[in-house]
Amino acid sequence: MFLARNPQCGVIALASSHLARSSAIAVYRQQGSRNLATVSDTPTRSYGGLKDQDRIFQNLYGHHGTDLKSAMKYGDWYKTKEILLKGHDWIIGEIKTSGLRGRGGAGFPSGMKWSFMTPPGWNTGTTPRYLVVNADEGEPGTCKDREIMRKDPHKLVEGCLVAGRAMEATAAYIYIRGEFYHEATVLQRAIQEAYSAGLIGKNACGSGYDFDVFVHRGMGAYVCGEETSLIESLEGKPGKPRLKPPFPASVGLFGCPSTVANVETVSVAPTICRRGGSWFASFGRKRNEGTKLFCISGHVNNPCTVEEEMSIPLKELIERHCGGVRGGWDNLQAIIPGGSSTPILPRKICDDVLMDFDALKDVQSGLGTAAVIVMDKSTDVVRAISRLSKFYKHESCGQCTPCREGTRWTAQIMERFEKGQGREREIDMLQELTKQVEGHTICALGEAFAWPLQGLIRHFRPELEARMQAHAQASGGEALAGGWEHNARVQGKLVAPGQ
Amino acid sequence: MSQRRSSSCMNTPQNDPSIPFSFTPQNQQLIDEILKRYPPQYQKAAVMPLLDLGQRQHGFASISVMNEVARILEMPPMRVYEVATFYTMYNRDPVGKYHLQVCTTTPCMLCDSDSVMQAVEKFLGVKPGNTTQDGIFTFSEVECLGACVNGPMVQINDDYYEDLTAESVTKLLEALKATADSLPEQAVTWDAPAPTPTPGPKGEGIAGTDAESAIGKLLDKVVNGVRIPAPGPLSGRVTCEPASKLTSLTEPKWSTEVFREDL
Repeated sequence: MFLARNPQCGVIALASSHLARSSAIAVYRQQGSRNLATVSDTPTRSYGGLKDQDRIFQNLYGHHGTDLKSAMKYGDWYKTKEILLKGHDWIIGEIKTSGLRGRGGAGFPSGMKWSFMTPPGWNTGTTPRYLVVNADEGEPGTCKDREIMRKDPHKLVEGCLVAGRAMEATAAYIYIRGEFYHEATVLQRAIQEAYSAGLIGKNACGSGYDFDVFVHRGMGAYVCGEETSLIESLEGKPGKPRLKPPFPASVGLFGCPSTVANVETVSVAPTICRRGGSWFASFGRKRNEGTKLFCISGHVNNPCTVEEEMSIPLKELIERHCGGVRGGWDNLQAIIPGGSSTPILPRKICDDVLMDFDALKDVQSGLGTAAVIVMDKSTDVVRAISRLSKFYKHESCGQCTPCREGTRWTAQIMERFEKGQGREREIDMLQELTKQVEGHTICALGEAFAWPLQGLIRHFRPELEARMQAHAQASGGEALAGGWEHNARVQGKLVAPGQ
Repeated sequence: MSQRRSSSCMNTPQNDPSIPFSFTPQNQQLIDEILKRYPPQYQKAAVMPLLDLGQRQHGFASISVMNEVARILEMPPMRVYEVATFYTMYNRDPVGKYHLQVCTTTPCMLCDSDSVMQAVEKFLGVKPGNTTQDGIFTFSEVECLGACVNGPMVQINDDYYEDLTAESVTKLLEALKATADSLPEQAVTWDAPAPTPTPGPKGEGIAGTDAESAIGKLLDKVVNGVRIPAPGPLSGRVTCEPASKLTSLTEPKWSTEVFREDL
């Protein structure tokens, strides 16, 4: 029972090629014959090592032009008319089969989300219906949508049409962040090309379906990446999130039914329809199917954006595509696995965690936008998280008190903790503060700034405490709560009692 | 909030509601185009693109620009002020010819954006949030600009310069400073009709001129004998690929043959 005892063998056997597989069979035969009563072991499947044949974004590194002709040569706009003619049930069925989950961070099943737009009786209404594409990519660490828009704009334009058809929308607005000026230019040219080729607009692709695509540039507000705030911003107001319900699918953009979806989610839809939902579902673990763009930044030898299979082990992702961590895997200190709002993971978890929604949730983090930020041992991890606190302080819209005040407090506290100015019990205060914010704000920015801090406290509390002790030694006494020096009272400063 | 330059309601010689502002005829045409994108009863949705257009024409979003936008869209001026003060990309104070925005958020910070900040500060001699005496550079420290695998990076007006070091950013600034007078203003806006119908636009980050050929980096511009590096990574990378060698997308590209047949 070699195989049963050593699942590792199975991992290797199924990892790459038939060669490995046939040698596994040979091993199996050497073990002697198993009789029929033996319960067969489920083969352990390994993930990663996506073949180029299965990569959706073929132009990720700018292999060919962004114009319509090149895009068509590599498979975009192929039989789009036939897809449109199959109707929304078919498209949503394919998306549901594919198991696609939203790529913007929350990971909500896309097929289900899109189907909210066509409840019974949807066709009795006369209002316009909108697909809103969220291209306001601002999460620190994330730079995948930018690559799609500047290199594969036709995938996005066609995706708008297909996803728009799936929800029977009349128009799509692409809300692109303002800093992406050249990306907006490339995208706008692609839209103009598609209009003049009759692919979108009146009678799109000759299917009898009318569909418009518009680009709207944001003007630099991270919070506009939240769906209701994005809708507010698109309506020409400050981007402050709205309360839900009503959900955008009933009352959204301009008061009409609308759905907000991420660029990557929308862009993969046509390819899923053409290659089949089951093709897409063959990658990754169950409920985490598909391929995904990973952006790996920070202390790796070759930072890059790469399309890989979901559920690839984090270590393999970094070693295979980024040339490993600077100074080797042993030099790793921590990794933020999914963009700034997901909690940080220490090295011992990074060793074998898989990159998908469920596996990362199990280790109290999240896949988010799959923006992997790697930190080696030279990193001041407290400063790294403190900088994120500063980011959230800058980007809070100021509508809800827990977030507006909380971001400021935590940023101030973290600034002190960088230097060790504080007392150990203040770490618990910080933890409690972040817990108070969670769930008490309109949008998810409350959670977004609370989680990295909780992650830091969870995994790097000894580091924080060591800093405080070092500071106490250097300054001759433990600092008072609030960052006062130990002798502040002696100096006649008015320090709160109860220290 | 901390990074926003102080912008008071006080009138200044450059920013006063009595200074007249109106859109140029070309921009009027663009406005007509922009207004078509939004439902007729929701014309105020165009406030953001119009403010941006006004800012591009005038140099910054002054109170006169805001009032003119409010007049065109038939909005209460206060609603325009709300928008102009909420978003960070509206400069409510005059900026230099080059608006230099250095990203210092964590991914860039890990790749040593501190040294870039120091180099810029040393070269310009001003702190973040200020404009140099000669009015060429305005220096801001900004939050994540979304080019994290190419960090550290700066945005200069609309262009991203990536994979920077202290030396390369200093060289870049030297080149820009030397040619500040001879470079034309940026004329075409992103949503203007395409200059040529085919092929892809020239001079845009990644766009190719030949559909068949692989896309290379943009060429550096040479003005008055000074070489200005092209936007994009300054390290020799083309875009977001791994610096050493490609680990994916090396095989022949697929085409329509991979698609299902029952379509």
